[in-house]
Amino acid sequence: MAYTEEELKKELETKEYEYGFYTDIESDTLPVGLNEEIIIAISKKKEEPDWMTAWRLEAFKHWKEMEEPDWANVHYKKPDFQAISYYSAPNKKPKYNSLDEVDPELLETFKKLGISVDEQKKLAGVAVDIVMDSVSVATTFKKTLAEKGIIFCSISEAIQEHPELVKKYIGTVVPQRDNFYAALNSAVFSDGSFCYIPKGVRCPMELSTYFRINQAGTGQFERTLVIADEGSYVSYLEGCTAPSRDENQLHAAVVELIALDDAEIKYSTVQNWFPGDKEGKGGVFNFVTKRGLCEKNAKISWTQVETGSAVTWKYPSCVLKGDNSIGEFYSIAVTNNFQQADTGTKMVHLGKNTRSTIISKGISAGKSQNSYRGLVQVNSRAENARNFSQCDSLLMGNECGAHTFPYIEAKNKSAQIEHEATTSKIGEDQIFYCNQRGIDTEKAIALIVNGFSKEVLNKLPMEFAVEAQKLLEISLEGSVG
Amino acid sequence: MDLKDKLISSFMAFESNVDIEHPVHDVRTEAMKNFEMKGFPTKKEEAWKYTSLKNLQKVDFSIFPKEENALEYKQVKKYFLHEVDTYKIVFIDGIYSSYLSETTHDGVDICLMSSALTKPMYKPVVDVYFNKVASKDESLTTLNTAFCREGAYIYIPKNKMPKKPVEIIHFATGNEASLMLQPRNLIIAEENSELQVIERHQSLTSNEVLTNSVTEIFAADSAIVDYYKIQNDSENASLIDNTYIDQKGKSNVSVHTFSFGGKLIRNNLNFYQNGEHIESTMKGVTILGNKQHVDHHTLVHHIEPNCESHQDYKGIYGENATGVFNGKIIVDKIAQKTNAFQQNNNILVSDKATINTKPQLEIFADDVKCSHGCTIGQLDEDALFYLQSRGIPQKEARALLMYAFANNVLESVRIPEVKARINKLIAKKLGVSLGFDL
Repeated sequence: MAYTEEELKKELETKEYEYGFYTDIESDTLPVGLNEEIIIAISKKKEEPDWMTAWRLEAFKHWKEMEEPDWANVHYKKPDFQAISYYSAPNKKPKYNSLDEVDPELLETFKKLGISVDEQKKLAGVAVDIVMDSVSVATTFKKTLAEKGIIFCSISEAIQEHPELVKKYIGTVVPQRDNFYAALNSAVFSDGSFCYIPKGVRCPMELSTYFRINQAGTGQFERTLVIADEGSYVSYLEGCTAPSRDENQLHAAVVELIALDDAEIKYSTVQNWFPGDKEGKGGVFNFVTKRGLCEKNAKISWTQVETGSAVTWKYPSCVLKGDNSIGEFYSIAVTNNFQQADTGTKMVHLGKNTRSTIISKGISAGKSQNSYRGLVQVNSRAENARNFSQCDSLLMGNECGAHTFPYIEAKNKSAQIEHEATTSKIGEDQIFYCNQRGIDTEKAIALIVNGFSKEVLNKLPMEFAVEAQKLLEISLEGSVG
Repeated sequence: MDLKDKLISSFMAFESNVDIEHPVHDVRTEAMKNFEMKGFPTKKEEAWKYTSLKNLQKVDFSIFPKEENALEYKQVKKYFLHEVDTYKIVFIDGIYSSYLSETTHDGVDICLMSSALTKPMYKPVVDVYFNKVASKDESLTTLNTAFCREGAYIYIPKNKMPKKPVEIIHFATGNEASLMLQPRNLIIAEENSELQVIERHQSLTSNEVLTNSVTEIFAADSAIVDYYKIQNDSENASLIDNTYIDQKGKSNVSVHTFSFGGKLIRNNLNFYQNGEHIESTMKGVTILGNKQHVDHHTLVHHIEPNCESHQDYKGIYGENATGVFNGKIIVDKIAQKTNAFQQNNNILVSDKATINTKPQLEIFADDVKCSHGCTIGQLDEDALFYLQSRGIPQKEARALLMYAFANNVLESVRIPEVKARINKLIAKKLGVSLGFDL
């Protein structure tokens, strides 16, 4: 046999974070700390209109009155919000018209990330907006999209060029005072993506954003706003990486999705922030607020593959406001070493005949803790609401933990809600079966984990599914308890 | 004066009536300190998110009944399990009624908490068990500990089994406009012994009653304890029932909770498995109407390997009733080969009824089988149609289906008379005569 379990475990532990490089790009960083001046400075740097500055300041006012939440099943040293730089932009800045103008070193970064921009442009036909240290540096395929009337740009550009849309929708799904991190984000967000699909348009390609934290001592606060107008369709991808550092970096993003009547948004995330080393040092704190609003007959589908971050606190939600709207949530959360994840979803049924599906797969290995926390709420006017939830946990090794906290609240007698959860481990006999057929232990585990997560992987767009599968293998092959 | 202040000041009056030199009193004082600090739980606390005690705290409860009240057996016969002979420990307005009770010291001790706490002969047992598994932290439990004086005391020595089941009944006569009761029970089943207990709280008028009860159960190796809680009280009676169970190896404890009445019921049922090959069973049927509120909180802590737990709670909620189920299973790191199952099924029959459920798993061991399932739904329309097409009126057909829905919880009831009694209560609650006995 090529591997013994021990060896495998060892290799797994020492497996280095592939994306842990740091790109030496000169950047423009604001002094650390947070106060009104900093916010005004961020706003000024981005040449924002007054209403935006006021909006940020209002959020800051709320944030000051809020307390950091501690109900999640995660333990970490609370970040010092005054020790973070709230703005860091790659220098020699922006406004590229074509990729040739981009700093070659930056392009090199993207190559390492495996998302070489130009390559993708040619081969995959994916329009990418790359956000590095909070500032959007490249948006490809803008022209092709513009022909269809689709707006896909960085949010700061949108604030400049499409203020009416931003003003109308920003903060409508995730209000400034929604929670501690959302308020912080509203006050200091430096960039993010903006997307508007006009009435009846089916976006011809996958839209994609890549986030990367590069600079040390910075936090990343990006804001994404996706609006799908009546009858439109868009599939949106998001990926994240960060260099290995032994301090904790903070990532507090807000994503707002608005699906108007008959629209459909598919939002996929592959989150691979630096998870910290095998002693649990360093890694990204990922505190994200994601929420979508469905109007009549609309559909929002969240798919996420969470393999990174030292601490994850994330609940992509759907507010099913319109009648006949549909919410979906497919998630794989993998934790290894000392990672902690508290993730899940909220499905709020307000309209009649609304449906929601939740499939959550948690895989814990090493000394990690993996929690599913979800809410299914059926309000008294939501006739014939239907929900199906399934959360399965897979434990590898006896030092990790898997937890489920599903909240189910029904106020309508016609509601039909089902919830089931199971916890298990990879069976010795399953491994034996594979070994016996000539598949070594490592491959066998990859096979079983892939099978376990298949329902979710199937929901990912093609090119992401391949990447996600690879990530799963990297993150935890091996650890049989 | 709110209830908390009143309780704090009553504690001094209480102290003048008990032996404050006794070591148990130190436990009381300690507990009172905790309650003073914590006060009543509020909706801000996760465990009380769906249940508010705010309205109860506005009521001016009498903490101590002014006089001793007597009841005639025939007045209250229907509340006893009279079809079968039982030992009885009966309290009227919190005070022991020797007239209605039937206690024993014949091989086993089935008697009173007040004697256990004061008489020297019980001291060795009390020292070992009293307040050992009950929480010293949870505010309402410590409130009960602070005022503990009366309740049932049951001690079953090694290899013994009482001749008949034990009934613990608390009557509230309504002589006081509003009364708060805090009974405290201590039940010890030694190695290889067996015990069956039926507990009931009954208010005889529509006056307000609040009962904050704590029961500690210790099941030693291979002991078997069956506990049945019948909660079918009047509409102004509220009950906070805290039960703590400490199980040792190979023991088997089951608690059945039948909630059909009362204004507000909160059941905190906690199992701690301190041994291997333990079986714990929690089952419940809840059928509510009006503005009733029932909150079932269960906790099973799997501390050692090779144990099992089963939970099955069914609820039918009508009118403006609210139901809460919060089941928590914790599996410790060393508790390998644990099998933990949890099932919660609910039917809402009215648009104004609400159900909040939160089945919760916290698992730290990898070689376990844990699952929970939870459903909220309606009666099967096809099944209803089938019954109607065979000439069964809709109302009966509905009742039959609901009866069937709740019935499999009754299968594990081991006293046939209790089963029959519950069957009748279910039928009555659903407003039909089933026309058959099961």
